[in-house]
Amino acid sequence: MLDQAYSRRQFLGLAGGLASIVGLGLVGCGGSNASDATDKGSAAAAESVSGEVTYDGASSFQALVEAAAEKFMDANPDVSISGSGNGSGKGLTAVAAGTVTIGNSDVFAETKLEADQVKNLVDHEVAVVGMGPVVSKNVKVDDLSLEQLKGIFSGQITNWKEVGGDDATIVVLNRKAGSGTRATFEAAVFGDEAVDFKGDAELDKSGDVQTQIASTDNAISYLDFSHFDDSKFNAVKVEGVEPKSKNVTDDSFKIWATEHMYCSKDADEATKAFLDFMLSDDVQGKLVEEQGFIPVSAMKVVKDASGKVSSK
Amino acid sequence: MASTRIHIDETRLGRVQRQDRIATGVLTAIVAIVMLIVISMVAYILFEGVSMLFQPGFLTQPARANGTQGGVLYQLFDSFYLLLITLVISVPISLGGAVFLVEYAPNGPIRDIASTAIETLSSLPSIVVGMFGFLVFSVQLGWKYSIISGAVALTMFNIPILVRVIQQALEDVPQAQRDACLAMGLTRWEATLHILIPEAMPAIVTGIVLSAGRVFGEAAALLFTSGMSSPVRLNFLSFNLSSPTCAWNVFRPGESLAVHIYKIYGEGSPEAQQIVWGTAALLMICVLLFNVVARIVGKQLARRMTAE
Amino acid sequence: MAKQLPKRDLENVGLGVTGACVALVTLVVAALIFMVAQKGLSAFVKDGVSVVEFFTGTKWDLANTAENGLPYTGALPLIVTSFAVMVLSALIALPIAIGSAIFAVEISPKFGSKVFQPLIELLTGIPSVVFGLIGFHVVVGLMKSVFHVSTGLGILPGAIVLAVMILPTMTTLSVDGLRAVPDSYRQGSLALGYTRWQTIWHVVLKSAMPSLMTAVILGMTRAFGETLAVRMVIGGIEAMPTSLLSPASTITTTLTTSMAVYAEGSAQDDVLWALGLLLMGMSLIFILIIHLIGRKGAKARG
Repeated sequence: MLDQAYSRRQFLGLAGGLASIVGLGLVGCGGSNASDATDKGSAAAAESVSGEVTYDGASSFQALVEAAAEKFMDANPDVSISGSGNGSGKGLTAVAAGTVTIGNSDVFAETKLEADQVKNLVDHEVAVVGMGPVVSKNVKVDDLSLEQLKGIFSGQITNWKEVGGDDATIVVLNRKAGSGTRATFEAAVFGDEAVDFKGDAELDKSGDVQTQIASTDNAISYLDFSHFDDSKFNAVKVEGVEPKSKNVTDDSFKIWATEHMYCSKDADEATKAFLDFMLSDDVQGKLVEEQGFIPVSAMKVVKDASGKVSSK
Repeated sequence: MASTRIHIDETRLGRVQRQDRIATGVLTAIVAIVMLIVISMVAYILFEGVSMLFQPGFLTQPARANGTQGGVLYQLFDSFYLLLITLVISVPISLGGAVFLVEYAPNGPIRDIASTAIETLSSLPSIVVGMFGFLVFSVQLGWKYSIISGAVALTMFNIPILVRVIQQALEDVPQAQRDACLAMGLTRWEATLHILIPEAMPAIVTGIVLSAGRVFGEAAALLFTSGMSSPVRLNFLSFNLSSPTCAWNVFRPGESLAVHIYKIYGEGSPEAQQIVWGTAALLMICVLLFNVVARIVGKQLARRMTAE
Repeated sequence: MAKQLPKRDLENVGLGVTGACVALVTLVVAALIFMVAQKGLSAFVKDGVSVVEFFTGTKWDLANTAENGLPYTGALPLIVTSFAVMVLSALIALPIAIGSAIFAVEISPKFGSKVFQPLIELLTGIPSVVFGLIGFHVVVGLMKSVFHVSTGLGILPGAIVLAVMILPTMTTLSVDGLRAVPDSYRQGSLALGYTRWQTIWHVVLKSAMPSLMTAVILGMTRAFGETLAVRMVIGGIEAMPTSLLSPASTITTTLTTSMAVYAEGSAQDDVLWALGLLLMGMSLIFILIIHLIGRKGAKARG
């Protein structure tokens, strides 16, 4: 019965859509597939949920979400999870607008959205990741201070010899403005200062940075630790501290971010169940570290929305 | 004196003829270069990608790890499914529109307004159509990122092409046919339905298949409408159209082959690069097939009609 | 069909059904134009973005806000880049398109219609992402090795990729234009003792001029609106381009990466719609130009 009612509703949505194109101005209908389907599911089988989970957002920890989604769907075959990594900004806007059910972000929602939009979102901190500068294979520099990074990423320092390398122009590969990795990196390096420098390219995804820096000489960029790849480019120490997860847990390596998964307050069962699964031991105890991230429980410090770090 | 003039004329003649030869040479070279570019482009894509098509799993497995591993089964399915729905919506509308323009309103302001509207639609950048689709279908109607949002956006992209093709096909039907129908007491509607459309059918089918090739490769209009992801698991055997895992559910997100290429072209891993080229080769082979099929079907239909 | 309808009613059904299709399409186009215009104009009306700043400002940065509380909305770099890419690609494609059209019509018509045209039409069928992919791997690599630049991304590779993409449009239309020139013109010219090249240059090209211009403008329209292929090779830096090989960003590529990043109704979102409006306005202007050329051509022919 519910099934029928549902398909009728969808039909109405479609008809309404066509009607509004025709200019009758009928807007609405459609939508909220998952909650209907969930009602049906819970009536049929008590423990397993069903529904549709969609996500968008940070590309830095999309691999972790996907790996967890695989496992979750093994246990819940009636749940469909899909999504993409178009940057933290897009993810947060999409979850606030309701076009996806989960928004993945490297940064707190407060930094990207209006206060009344944040009010309707629930935060889930699923992991912590360090982010560090990376340079092309041909660059000899292996340690940079925060001050030097500031110089390079603001366009003040333009030659590698100014920071102890060869005489070659620095090629700065940036991420796009909506990127959480960029926001995290700039917050750690520049603090509150506004940055006006764009560099030599602005790339869409972490994967794009991997490709570009591997094929470009004298380049510098930044990536989260899970995207490090020693065979293609070098990770650089910051203030003499190695970019290693254990240095992040006590904040001796300064550039790191908490990975957030936001859902709406009235999220459907399937979305909630999946987020619970993200925080469960199955994921936190094993998958997080396998994928190159740090479990939140291993952190000795916490960072708040304004970027202030305090010990737990 | 006279000899000098003849001399001048001869050099002039020589120059003109040399000019003619040079021009012919240059033009031949240009054509050779263009052909070289086209052939080498196609060859390059096939060379880089075809081996991937024979990799076990590439055509039969879904994508994993955000498309950088696994296959493109769902993308292939989504591309055809999007195309099917687009054609189901756009063919009747275009057919109706073209019939109206050719048979009912041959001249006058209505025809001018309608053809201007169609021409405008055809010249709009596909990204603008995509933005409009995102705003109206995905956000305002609440269809989110879904196959149906994408298909409606593609419809807007496809209608101007189809209308023009069908219009041309109908106009090519000799006027005598119409006159004969009307003289026999048929209404315009009957004449169109039973005589004109069947007569124009070969050209119409060819046009539809050719436009299908365009739709199949479109990506910019889909980024914000059908989305850049496909569910991780789909059930092709389920026909419960409200289930999110049902492959035939038009309200689930979907990703076409072209969008898939845009999504992962920058990914550096060798496996991802293989997948990109494999997808590109697959996409191109599909589009080429559409071209070949369009020609064959058009010819076959035309032959059957004339044989009758 | 239980009962045969009276003829008059049948005719009305036909008129109604087909008329509805046309009305639907027309209304959708009207709705699209209206909504894009409304969303785009609200950036200036509702959010108070300065029109002058939008068209002449050189700083585009939606992520940061200026002192007036608005993001930096100087779209001039995007506009300049869009036009640079369009004009450059048309300049590259124009001689090739017209040259090969002349070859296919005047010099070797049989080869032209049997081999060359089908091959060119093949190019039309190749999806734009595939062009982008080849651009990203082949053209960008070529830029790096030929000009010794760091990333190889920028306006020039974008224009090269676009030139190949608009080539089929321009060539096919040029071929049609040249074919439409009556043979009597050619015969008359040849009978006067002109060579083939002189005939082509002075007679055929001149009388085909309106259709050749239409071909060029339609090619430019496509180049101006093309999105993904350009995005893949241009670098994506929203700043005034300093050279043909410095990364830049066109109106369309900015839309691809920034659309849907900002909340609906925010000043940032509205400004992006203003870019969409600009794109739409440009394509309307292109159509208008084509119509004017068509009308002038018709008048010239009497």
